[in-house]
Amino acid sequence: MNAVPVTPGARPLAVRAHNIRRHALRMGQVQGQGYIGQALGAADLLAVAYFHALRMDPANPEWEQRDRFYLSIGHYAIALYAALIEAGVIAEDELETYGSDDSRLPMSGMATYTPGMEITGGSLGQGLGIAVGACLGLKRKGSDSWVYNLLSDGELNEGSTWEAVMSASHWKLDNLIAIVDVNNQQADGHCQEVLGFEPIVERWQAFGWYVQRVDGNDLDALVQAFDQARAHTAAQPRVIICDTRMGKGVPFLENRDKTHFIRVDENEWALALQALDSGSQA
Amino acid sequence: MNSQTTGKKRLTTSAMIASIAAEGQPTRPAPFGHALAALAAQRQDIVGLSADLSKYTDLHIFAKAHPERFYQMGMAEQLLMSAAAGMAREGMTPFATTYAVFASRRAYDFICMAIAEENLNVKIVCGLPGLTTGYGPSHQATDDLAIMRAMPNLMIVDPCDALEIEQAVPAIAAHQGPVYMRLLRGNVPLVLDRYDYKFQLGKAQVLRGGRDVLVIASGLMTMRALEAADLLHKDGVDVSVLHVPTIKPLDEATIIAEARKSGRLVVTAENHSIVGGLGEAVAGVLLRNGVTPTFRQIALPDAFLDAGALPTLHDRYGISTEAVVQQIKGWL
Repeated sequence: MNAVPVTPGARPLAVRAHNIRRHALRMGQVQGQGYIGQALGAADLLAVAYFHALRMDPANPEWEQRDRFYLSIGHYAIALYAALIEAGVIAEDELETYGSDDSRLPMSGMATYTPGMEITGGSLGQGLGIAVGACLGLKRKGSDSWVYNLLSDGELNEGSTWEAVMSASHWKLDNLIAIVDVNNQQADGHCQEVLGFEPIVERWQAFGWYVQRVDGNDLDALVQAFDQARAHTAAQPRVIICDTRMGKGVPFLENRDKTHFIRVDENEWALALQALDSGSQA
Repeated sequence: MNSQTTGKKRLTTSAMIASIAAEGQPTRPAPFGHALAALAAQRQDIVGLSADLSKYTDLHIFAKAHPERFYQMGMAEQLLMSAAAGMAREGMTPFATTYAVFASRRAYDFICMAIAEENLNVKIVCGLPGLTTGYGPSHQATDDLAIMRAMPNLMIVDPCDALEIEQAVPAIAAHQGPVYMRLLRGNVPLVLDRYDYKFQLGKAQVLRGGRDVLVIASGLMTMRALEAADLLHKDGVDVSVLHVPTIKPLDEATIIAEARKSGRLVVTAENHSIVGGLGEAVAGVLLRNGVTPTFRQIALPDAFLDAGALPTLHDRYGISTEAVVQQIKGWL
C-alpha cells in the first residue's frame, strides 16, 4: 500500500503510539511544560496516520509523491515532533532542544523551522483552507497524493474553517482527509460551554462530506477509518472525527482536572514516563 | 430641489465599477485581465482565483481565455488567501483577486500567516484601492497601504495607468515571493505612453523635471500630478514628478537623491489616507537619511469618507487635479 515503507519491518502500531507518547513526554520534561494532554490524546491517530496511512519517505520529507500532512493546530507541534522523531524524519536526540532558543522544534509548529512540518499553523482556522488549495493544485498536476489536515474541535469555532468545509465539497475534493481531534477542551474550558460543536457528524454531512466518527484512542478503529476514508469512492472530501482522551496513557493525567493546558509538576514528568511504560501493553 | 430647477446637473454616486478616466481621456479596456491572459499563455503555472468578483477585477478576461486555470472560490476571502497559499505550495503562481478592502481588512491574518510568513509565491491583486468608488467606507480602501506595508516579505505595487498594469503583471509574476498590487480596472486611462516609460519593479522614475516643486506620487495620483504640473507650468511654477509605483520596498536611493536637490518643495501625493501610506514612508526615509526639505502631503484625510460621485469626492478630499494645483499653490 505504501510506495515507500516507513521503516523496514515496521513495528506494531501500539509500539509506535507508545513511543510517540514517550517522545512527547520527554520534550515536555525538557521545557517543564507543553501541550502534553493533547499529545498523549492524539498519539494513536498520529501513529495510524504516520505508520499506516501516509505515503512518505523519512529521508526526504519534501518528496513530491508524498502524502501531505497539515497540522493547523500549531500548539500540537509537540505531538507531531514526536511522530516525526518516531518516523525518523527528526533525530531522537533533537528532542532535547524542544522549545529552546534556536531549536528547530519551537513550541508552536512552523513550516520554516522543522522538516516534515508542512504548514505554519497556530493561527487557528487556516489549515483546512490551505489544504483545499493544495488539493486543487495536486489535482491540477495529476498527482495521486492525499492531503491530510489535523484540526481540533476548538478550531471549529473559526468561521474560516467552515468556508473551507463548504469549498472542499463544492470542488469535490476526494483527495482530502480531515481529521478532527475531539477532546472537548479549549482554552477557556469545555467546548460545549465555550461554543458547542454538536451535532458534529450531521453538520459535516450537511456540508457534503463523507463522515466517520471513531474512538480516537482505539487503534483498530482508527486503521479501519483511515482505510475506509481512502477506499470511499464518492467524489467528496472525507472527515474522520476522533474522540480522544486528553492525557491518554498516563492515568494520573487522564484523571486530572483538565483544561486546554494540563498542569504537570516538575517531579511528575518522570512519574508520567514510568506510568506510561508500566501501563503499556507494548 | 431637483437639477431641472437649478439648471445644474446633479452628480450621483458613481457606479461601483466606474472608470476613473476623465472625459475624452485615452483608455485601454481591462489591462489586468488581458495581460494576465497573455502571460498565462506562456506560463502554465499561472492560475487565477476570484472571490465572486471576477467581473469587477477584470479577471473574467483571464477566466474566458483559460477556463481550466480559473478558480471561483466564492465570497470567502479568508479561504481565497489560504487556498492560494495551498496552490503556491504545489508549485502554481496564483493571482488571488478581490477588492482591496476585503484583502487588507478581512483576510489580513491569512495573507500574513499562510502566505507571507513562508514567502509563498502568491500575487494579490485588488480592485477599488483608496478612493476609487463612491460607495462609502465599506468599499473604499483608504487604509490598504498602511495595513499591507506592515507585513514583512510583502512587496507592494501601486500602478498609475493601463500601460503600467500591463507591464507590471509579468514583472510581479517573475518576482519570487508575495506581492500586493492595487488595481485600476475597466477602461483604464493611458498616460505613461507619452513619457517613454517602462515599468521596473522596485524602481522610482522621474517622469518630468522641474525647479520649484518635486511631487513624489504613486498610483493614479501620478496621473493627477502630471496634469497638475502642466497647469502649474502655465502659472510659471516648474514641477517635477517622481513616480513611485513600488511602495515596498521603496526605492530609497532615488527618492533621497531627488529630494536632496536643493530648494524644491517636496510634496507626496497618494490615493490613500494620510496615515501610513506613501507620504509617511517617504518622510521616514528622508528623516532617517538627514534630508529635510520643506515637506507636504497630499492624501486622503484620516476619516471614514463620504459616499457620492467620485469627481465630487476627489475634489472634496483633495486628490483631484484642481485640488492638487490649489494645494501646491498654497504652499509656495
